[in-house]
Amino acid sequence: MINMFEVKETNEMIEKENLDVRTITLGISLLDCIDGDVNKVCENIYNKITEKAKDLVKVGEDISHEYAIPIVNKRISVTPIALVGGACCKTSKDFVKIAKALDKAAKAVGINFLGGYSALVSKGMTKADELLIRSIPEALSQTGLICSSVNLGSTKTGINMDAVRLMGEVIKETAERTKEKDSIGCAKLVVFCNAPDDNPFMAGAFHGVTEADAIINIGVSGPGVVKYALEKVRGESFEVLCETIKKTAFKVTRVGQLVAREASKKLNVPFGIVDLSLAPTPAIGDSVADILCEIGLEHAGAPGTTAALALLNDQVKKGGVMASSYVGGLSGAFIPVSEDQGMINAVNAGALTLEKLEAMTCVCSVGLDMIAIPGDTKATTISGIIADEMAIGMVNQKTTAVRLIPVIGKKVGDSAEFGGLLGYAPIMPVNEFSCDDFINRKGRIPAPIHSFKN
Amino acid sequence: MKKTIITVVGKDTVGIIAKTCTYLADNNINILDISQTIVKDYFNMMMIADFSKASKKFGAVSKELEELGESIGVIIKCQQEDIFNSMHRI
Repeated sequence: MINMFEVKETNEMIEKENLDVRTITLGISLLDCIDGDVNKVCENIYNKITEKAKDLVKVGEDISHEYAIPIVNKRISVTPIALVGGACCKTSKDFVKIAKALDKAAKAVGINFLGGYSALVSKGMTKADELLIRSIPEALSQTGLICSSVNLGSTKTGINMDAVRLMGEVIKETAERTKEKDSIGCAKLVVFCNAPDDNPFMAGAFHGVTEADAIINIGVSGPGVVKYALEKVRGESFEVLCETIKKTAFKVTRVGQLVAREASKKLNVPFGIVDLSLAPTPAIGDSVADILCEIGLEHAGAPGTTAALALLNDQVKKGGVMASSYVGGLSGAFIPVSEDQGMINAVNAGALTLEKLEAMTCVCSVGLDMIAIPGDTKATTISGIIADEMAIGMVNQKTTAVRLIPVIGKKVGDSAEFGGLLGYAPIMPVNEFSCDDFINRKGRIPAPIHSFKN
Repeated sequence: MKKTIITVVGKDTVGIIAKTCTYLADNNINILDISQTIVKDYFNMMMIADFSKASKKFGAVSKELEELGESIGVIIKCQQEDIFNSMHRI
């Protein structure tokens, strides 16, 4: 039978160490909403989402009460809209209509975010893909809850450099259109290499075409729990360090698995995956950077950071994998800057640079995330940074992503304020040497040799 | 039978157990196990209870116990047992 110490340990994780379930994300296929008339598509989408997700928020709250565990976000991911709108959208404005319908549905069911205003263009763009991508700045500036993502490359297809170039411009324009709010539109826009179909985390969640009609995906959290566990093994060997992370990740993930099963049962929607990610928030004590410091670094970004992060990421996966029957999504340690107080401190101390962050993305679960850069950064420079990150993902057969925020009107030394879970960020310097001639080449980068496994 | 874990934590005072148990009895909730310690004047109690014949729904009991706790000056929390089993048992 459960004893008092076990109960106390669990409740201390929740109360003192910020253990929570970061998100219950309901994936909904919108393929059956396709029609030749854009207004009909908007109506179909609104009806399907409000029907499928009508109990999502309530079920999330009920589970939260039954176990006394916070469930921070309830979200929805949908089929990439470039596919859904392909038959009816003749202009970018038509896509914006769909974005507004999605936003209305999201507000009606009371969720926090809806992801899937997306296009998958890792090899080439259809006319609809391009129209959707060009509509992103307007769509994100006119909606509140919509998140957008674009998959620009994969290990199997190489990198679509035409789309990389276009996204540099789209990110700049999105920043420009939301400049009165520190270019917050860019915080809801992410580009990927090897994007997963079942990611529950924003801004990159979408409901892949390989998925069932509806599915429940869960994102757990718990950097604070890992940090606290590591405080007890200061000075111990790597073996002890790794075992401690692994055991803690197991416990955290088990909670996610329980919530996933319960949500699936109550909503009568199949359980998809648990995403094992260590997702930080700006709250004190909920930081991945603090774990790196606890492992033995003065600040995240100091020499040794990449090795420490590699170790952390691997142990989180090893502990989490056994705790859940299905693991997926991004699964690893997130290293966003603005959403992690320890990262912000490291940037302010001069310990963490964009280049070091790029190195860290080779061994963590995603990529350059929530990084504020000067508003006058050229579009081609942004595309160059994206291309570098996509190359890391392509060659290492992993997911990489870029979510940069060129904050219009701000420069190095200023800071941008996004609020809530998105936090705030110091503007980081960017290498200003030109890559124009590289980015302005047409076409795509071929898939790497080790992708030919057939 | 789904069991519920009730935890009571706070500064020790007269009647914590009496008041909590009276409430449970009034609502037809059976106590299966109690363990309790006092560390440095701090009262720690864990009860395993069976809500299957309870006269109110889990949510209502949970809320009322929380309010009862506030009136005594302790924190009372109800949680389904599954969360602890998931975390601590393979």
